[in-house]
Amino acid sequence: MTEPLLSIADLRVAFATRQGLVRAVDGVSLDVREGECLGIVGESGSGKSVTFAGVMGLIRPPGRIEGGSIRFEGRELVGLDPQAYRRLRGRDIAMTLQDAQTSLNPALTVGTQILEVLLAHGDDLPSGRARLRAARQRAVDMMTLVGIPAAARRLGDYPHQFSGGMRQRMMIAIALSCRPKLLIADEPTTALDVTIQAQVLELIASIRATLGMSVVLITHDLGVVAEYCDRVAVLYAGQIVESGPTAQVISDPRHPYTAGLLRSVPVLSHLDRPIHPIEGQVPDLIDLPPGCRFLPRCPMARTACHNPVPFHAFAEGRAARCVLAEAPR
Amino acid sequence: MSPLLDVKDLVKHYGVGQGLLGRLFGAPPRKVQALNGVSLHVGAGETLGLIGESGCGKSTLGRAILRLHEPDSGSVTFGGVDVTALDTGGLKAMRRRMQIIFQNPYASLNPRKPVGEILAQPLRLHRLAEGAALRERVREMLEHVGLRAAHADRYPHQFSGGQRQRIGIARALILNPEFVVCDEPVSALDVSVQAQIIDLLARLKRELGLTYLFISHDIAVIGYVSDRVAVMYLGEIVENGPARAVLRRPYHPYTRALMSAVPRVDRADQQQERVRLHGDLPSPMDPPPGCRFHTRCGFATDLCRSVAPLRRQLEEDRMVACHHFPEPAP
Ligand SMILES: Nc1ncnc2c1ncn2[C@@H]1O[C@H](COP(=O)(O)OP(=O)(O)O)[C@@H](O)[C@H]1O
Ligand code: SF4
Ligand code: SF4
Ligand SMILES: [Mg+2]
Repeated sequence: MTEPLLSIADLRVAFATRQGLVRAVDGVSLDVREGECLGIVGESGSGKSVTFAGVMGLIRPPGRIEGGSIRFEGRELVGLDPQAYRRLRGRDIAMTLQDAQTSLNPALTVGTQILEVLLAHGDDLPSGRARLRAARQRAVDMMTLVGIPAAARRLGDYPHQFSGGMRQRMMIAIALSCRPKLLIADEPTTALDVTIQAQVLELIASIRATLGMSVVLITHDLGVVAEYCDRVAVLYAGQIVESGPTAQVISDPRHPYTAGLLRSVPVLSHLDRPIHPIEGQVPDLIDLPPGCRFLPRCPMARTACHNPVPFHAFAEGRAARCVLAEAPR
Repeated sequence: MSPLLDVKDLVKHYGVGQGLLGRLFGAPPRKVQALNGVSLHVGAGETLGLIGESGCGKSTLGRAILRLHEPDSGSVTFGGVDVTALDTGGLKAMRRRMQIIFQNPYASLNPRKPVGEILAQPLRLHRLAEGAALRERVREMLEHVGLRAAHADRYPHQFSGGQRQRIGIARALILNPEFVVCDEPVSALDVSVQAQIIDLLARLKRELGLTYLFISHDIAVIGYVSDRVAVMYLGEIVENGPARAVLRRPYHPYTRALMSAVPRVDRADQQQERVRLHGDLPSPMDPPPGCRFHTRCGFATDLCRSVAPLRRQLEEDRMVACHHFPEPAP
């Protein structure tokens, strides 16, 4: 098998706070393969964004990568010098943030913002006077590709002149303008209405197919994962609790948290089926006991769960962090 | 039997700034048509689910019913009383019977007051309890919503999102209202916590005999909690009826598009083709002529582009405002 595009092994990221050390990411391992879409599911605070801020080299004090490795195309990224990281971020990996409103600069036109990226990384653009014209044309092409009508006329608009869906598209256009091998989309549709969400997700899917790039789709919605992702990793309290091919994980979840998530949302086609909340709350990430982090909320907990539970493969392509992973329910 | 709440032809336009040029050259003031003649009714003990995209006027409707925003015209009748005609005193008395729960529990709770004080305030304002009786009522309400008496001394920031929403619910219910507008009560919460709050609201409804107007943009949540649903688009109700009937067989193209856009864990085995909806919601300042949905509707005809469809009353308490569905209007 060929090497995965991105390979994270035992990544640990912690933040020093007045209350103590917050272990936001604690032993996360995952692969993103060439051309695939990987879904990352978890509730707020589970470590989704911090994991990928780590990949982007954007962990700043008081945060610190405490250990583990992040390899992209075989090259170690942990400890990479800032200059090399900047080149990588522009050219090979791009990330869109949850809130397009705040991540676009409100004081600059969208044209300025996309041209900045293109001019900084467009090594194949001509030099001299023709460069700006070529970059402008590529900006218009990119905006057209993501479905912004009359793109040439909108280059001079400011972000506030765009609707929420259009701003999210603009951010995707900027992220794609360096033609990355990997797009990390952090909750690209959480703030959007369902009809616009469907447009944006279908856009990402079709661009992935056209450009052959890999996508990491961070979301809290298992429905989004089911429809758009080949594989999924479920995060809970800074750790991956389950991963595998999406269809298998959804039809046969082996971690009680995954099963609990699936039972806690109403399904449009089965509205008569009662939903069951997961009782309790996500644990505080300071001073966690050594056992399973889901234990206080788990209906299946037993004595063995008080000892550390390893994240382990239990079938081809599937892994979970639970003492009961081997038993289908 | 007459419904507990009866809303007729409610209209609410917000005036928005004209801008410098407008003022200089005397352009007419611009208006956002947030509610454009909304009618609906809710029976005692019923949950009416209100669904629609953000900005379509759901919150405005919830607030106009309680007169937190003054409607421009139309009527709101609650328990036989014309709410729109009440003076300040009458309105204050009515607020005991009609309450609201907000989407963002944090923004709606005073950060400088302990929770016990936040809950005591409405009781004091309405002179319903004081001293030991007041403290007892606060304790009882906290326990009702799944919190503990000891929580009364803590401040809102010391609670998680789900617990804050429980506080918001306790504050709305402490006056013993009959009717509660739940405005996106679970939208800001994590998935596993959403179900806790949905369960809580259902239990309180049973135990206290409440009637809900439940607002959400999540059609599965609406389908799960509601007896009847109303679908809103650009300030108008385009379809309503019994929840199961509407969601099993939606008529209006907008309802169908909304349902089909929801990503589902079970689509693979349902093999359904997605109804695509192009473009964004048009500006409510300048709604399209004819059917307001025609700019995004795959079935629009010349008739739709020029003539607004009438509300058609169909079988089993169903209404749909469309020229062509379920079958051509006579
Ligand atoms: N105070 C206000 N002033 C001007 N426009 C407003 C105000 N409140 C809401 N609106 C506008 O009214 C329309 C309906 O808003 P709202 O009722 O909040 O929708 P929803 O609850 O469905 O999100 C939107 O276009 C919104 O921008
Ligand atoms: S390890 Fe034990 S407590 Fe943890 S999820 Fe599995 S059964 Fe539950
Ligand atoms: S009236 Fe016409 S445009 Fe409006 S929803 Fe019906 S078919 Fe579509
Ligand atoms: Mg709203």
